Amino acid sequence: MKVDKDIKYSKTHEWVKFLDDTTALIGLTDYAQEQLGDLVFINMPAEGDEVSCDTPFGDIESVKAVSDINSPVDGIVAEVNEEIAENPENINSDPYGSWIIKVSNITEICDLMDADSYERFCQEEA
Amino acid sequence: MQLKTPLYECHKRHKGKMVEFAGYLLPVQYEQGVIKEHLAVREKCGLFDVSHMTELFLEGEDALKNIQKIFANDFAETKIGQVKYTTMLNEDGGIVDDMVIYKFSDTKYMVVGNAANHEKDYNWIKSHLFGNCTLTDRTNDYAQLALQGPASTEILKKLTEESNIPAKYYTFLEGKIAGLDCIISQTGYTGELGYELYTAPHNAVKLWDELIQAGKDFGLIPCGLGARDTLRLEAAMPLYGHEMTDDITPLEAKLNFSVKLNKEDFIGKTALEKRMDSSRVLAGFKITGKGIVREQNDMFIDGKKVGFSTSGTHAPYFGYPIALGYIDKQYSAIGTKVIFKVRGREVEAEVTATPFYKRSKK
Repeated sequence: MKVDKDIKYSKTHEWVKFLDDTTALIGLTDYAQEQLGDLVFINMPAEGDEVSCDTPFGDIESVKAVSDINSPVDGIVAEVNEEIAENPENINSDPYGSWIIKVSNITEICDLMDADSYERFCQEEA
Repeated sequence: MQLKTPLYECHKRHKGKMVEFAGYLLPVQYEQGVIKEHLAVREKCGLFDVSHMTELFLEGEDALKNIQKIFANDFAETKIGQVKYTTMLNEDGGIVDDMVIYKFSDTKYMVVGNAANHEKDYNWIKSHLFGNCTLTDRTNDYAQLALQGPASTEILKKLTEESNIPAKYYTFLEGKIAGLDCIISQTGYTGELGYELYTAPHNAVKLWDELIQAGKDFGLIPCGLGARDTLRLEAAMPLYGHEMTDDITPLEAKLNFSVKLNKEDFIGKTALEKRMDSSRVLAGFKITGKGIVREQNDMFIDGKKVGFSTSGTHAPYFGYPIALGYIDKQYSAIGTKVIFKVRGREVEAEVTATPFYKRSKK
């Protein structure tokens, strides 16, 4: 399992990369993609949708299963990554390079972990 | 209780992601993932551990009479060395299980059924036996490996003489592969050319390793339950607990070929004759909207519920999702547009011909 030291992690296996104080990219972790297997479809939110902490904003389907994608922040969807919507398998090959949505107007950040804590968290879950 | 098959160490070695299935720990996939495993079987070859399958033997002078009574297909003309698919029905014409039956001799047959129905099948058959016929559960005496894909014959040829390879679909023989005693059967659950090999548990690891080694140059990879499911679904092969249940008749499930109503009495025949004009039928669906239909998603036309899905997945060979499900017969024409409700969303689909995938015969 890979982690990226510069980003934060949620207990539901999303990662958050802050671009500034109120804007962030959100994606799925390497652990999540490994658990889910070959990803084939993402149900994306629309630009302008509100997202809030620990609440699903979309779902992602692998060949075998479907899983919610939860928001790690309160804010507004500024952009959805159309390239990932078209090619969800990119998350399998490059989870930290494949952001799913960009959130702006962030007013609240959920309980997040740094890379070391997240690695321990996954080991305990496994 | 989690049982391990004799091939457990091979799965660990190939980094299989282990899950519980019908009480057994089996790989849902290996390192390459479901899509690559699926395509390997369509284009080259895949190797599956299907040791969880049930092997029951019916033996004795009255074996055939019992089989004719207990199973819905007709075995009167079945030859030694032939395999036949059948359903086993309850008194209401519903399906107890589906299985393949191997004829070894006039007095010896092997019934291979679903792992999830192991006890149910044994008890059902046992409770209906009559005359001179014994039922023996020999599930633990066999490991079963499924070698599936267009290259499977060439791979077997590296490990045995051609005379040990059954030339026809749904036939079998007993012979040696890599020097190990096997039942070698040209059967499978993938819609592809392939073989199922039954051997003693202590031979299983050696047989697996010999096949993997012999298959290397042909692109053979190990495949898990995930690919087994997507492959059977593309081939529109029904799965018990999904397309078949105790309440569903084989006619509704489009398994007419597994039932011979013109043979003498068998369990479920009378009820089945009364259920001929059922209003629902199994159909295939191509998902044209966004999303993946899974099992038990309701299906609508103009807001009216007309059916439900029984299985659904992304189909790796086609690159879009497909599903099987029951639909009111009046709406079952190919091309009919339906809406599935999937997790609160509406996903468009249309009735399509099955099987979704049919291999081209050379």
